[in-house]
Amino acid sequence: MKIGYYPGCSSSGTGKEYDISLRKVLNLLDVQLEELNDWSCCGATSAHATNHLLSVALPARNLIIAEDQKLSEVVAPCAACYNRLIVTQHELETNPQLEKETSELLGKSVRSGISIINIIELFVHIGKEKITEKKKNDLKGIKAACYYGCLLVRPFNITHFDDPEQPSSMEKIISATGAQAIDWNYKIECCGGAHSFAHKEIVVDLSRKIIDDARLHGADVIVVACPMCHSNLDMRQRAMKNHQEMPILYLSEFIGLSLGIEPKELGIGLHFISSDSLLEKVGSKE
Amino acid sequence: MQHNHNRVAALSDKIEKITSESPLLCYQCGKCSAGCPIRDYMDESPNQVVRLVQLGFDDEALKSSTIWLCAGCLTCSSRCPQNFDLAKFMDAMRSTALHEGIEISEIDTVKFHKVFLNQVKKHGKMFEFGLARDYKLTTQNFLQDVNVAPEMFIKGKIGLFPHEVKDKKGIKEIFDKTD
Repeated sequence: MKIGYYPGCSSSGTGKEYDISLRKVLNLLDVQLEELNDWSCCGATSAHATNHLLSVALPARNLIIAEDQKLSEVVAPCAACYNRLIVTQHELETNPQLEKETSELLGKSVRSGISIINIIELFVHIGKEKITEKKKNDLKGIKAACYYGCLLVRPFNITHFDDPEQPSSMEKIISATGAQAIDWNYKIECCGGAHSFAHKEIVVDLSRKIIDDARLHGADVIVVACPMCHSNLDMRQRAMKNHQEMPILYLSEFIGLSLGIEPKELGIGLHFISSDSLLEKVGSKE
Repeated sequence: MQHNHNRVAALSDKIEKITSESPLLCYQCGKCSAGCPIRDYMDESPNQVVRLVQLGFDDEALKSSTIWLCAGCLTCSSRCPQNFDLAKFMDAMRSTALHEGIEISEIDTVKFHKVFLNQVKKHGKMFEFGLARDYKLTTQNFLQDVNVAPEMFIKGKIGLFPHEVKDKKGIKEIFDKTD
């Protein structure tokens, strides 16, 4: 299986272990990634919060690159990138005036038709059976809280992914590792997103509520599918007072552990919050 | 609070032009505000901002901290019984406030967005070190994150040099044409 890859900016910085672990896991699961040539930033929150045309033009540039590479499917592991790419496709399809302005600006139209998928959808495509077949390390006994956050499930009329209030596709994938996905209340609550700079206190409060609810329901770990969510939930634990640490793993890292990849190889040591307690339970020391 | 009767619907029309959705769709049930994770930090609740726009209190709506504190999580948009895309409304409110030179209460948030986009304009990709550095310089908030920054460097999570696109000219053109 071959698929287009839009790594997103954090893949070489704060979220680099997401990229590292995803590449290793996909390699074992026989998926080849073809990176978009000279891809650029999607504009993220800052573009759509302040400049509508720019927020469409930046993702459109990347969609055109994917078309030029004749890719039919592109995975964007960052939930925010995924959201910007898929919303841009929708806006260009439904707003002729915007489509005209954008294609004039870029000197080329987005013909669309490319399927933009998130990382959970990619693992659903690969199939639980494949993960089970390649499993070397059963994660039985681990209780995982699957966290979706905002931008994978919303806006539902555009992403058409899972269920906007009670998603469960990540839980199904997790079950292939042998771990138990817990039932909890904060799987689609916001972590504060881009407020990490200007309003750190909001991010600390919101992330703490998410972590506390996961713990209340017995989680050993929170599994995430977005580098922004990871950074907020992991790094911002340092600013939480009277707080008991909770390891935050990327979905790719979690699956990687079950495939028998060493934690170090997956970049788990790059997190702010130690995963030692979890890894001891898993049986592979960092 | 000044209600300028001559300007009734002026902002409402502008927003509708950007979003293709009339703010009058909102019938004030408050479901958006009930589920808004940031509501406690805002001066007006999200549905109150829509109400201000509906009634023509344009400046009050544009000056609210609410439009800048909205994190764009889309919880409101996905739950609205009228299918009114409130997050999109907030995006349009922000760009209008900037465009019209309205006095903004959440100045650090605006500075963050500007610094972020400036990094993208320069490099084509987000350069996190540049973002952190320039944000600190513009806000003079030098002590922010001093507890986590060294670890970021040690772990190699923040590079000192940007990863850049080859097509810098193309990126600059996109920014210039959308300015």
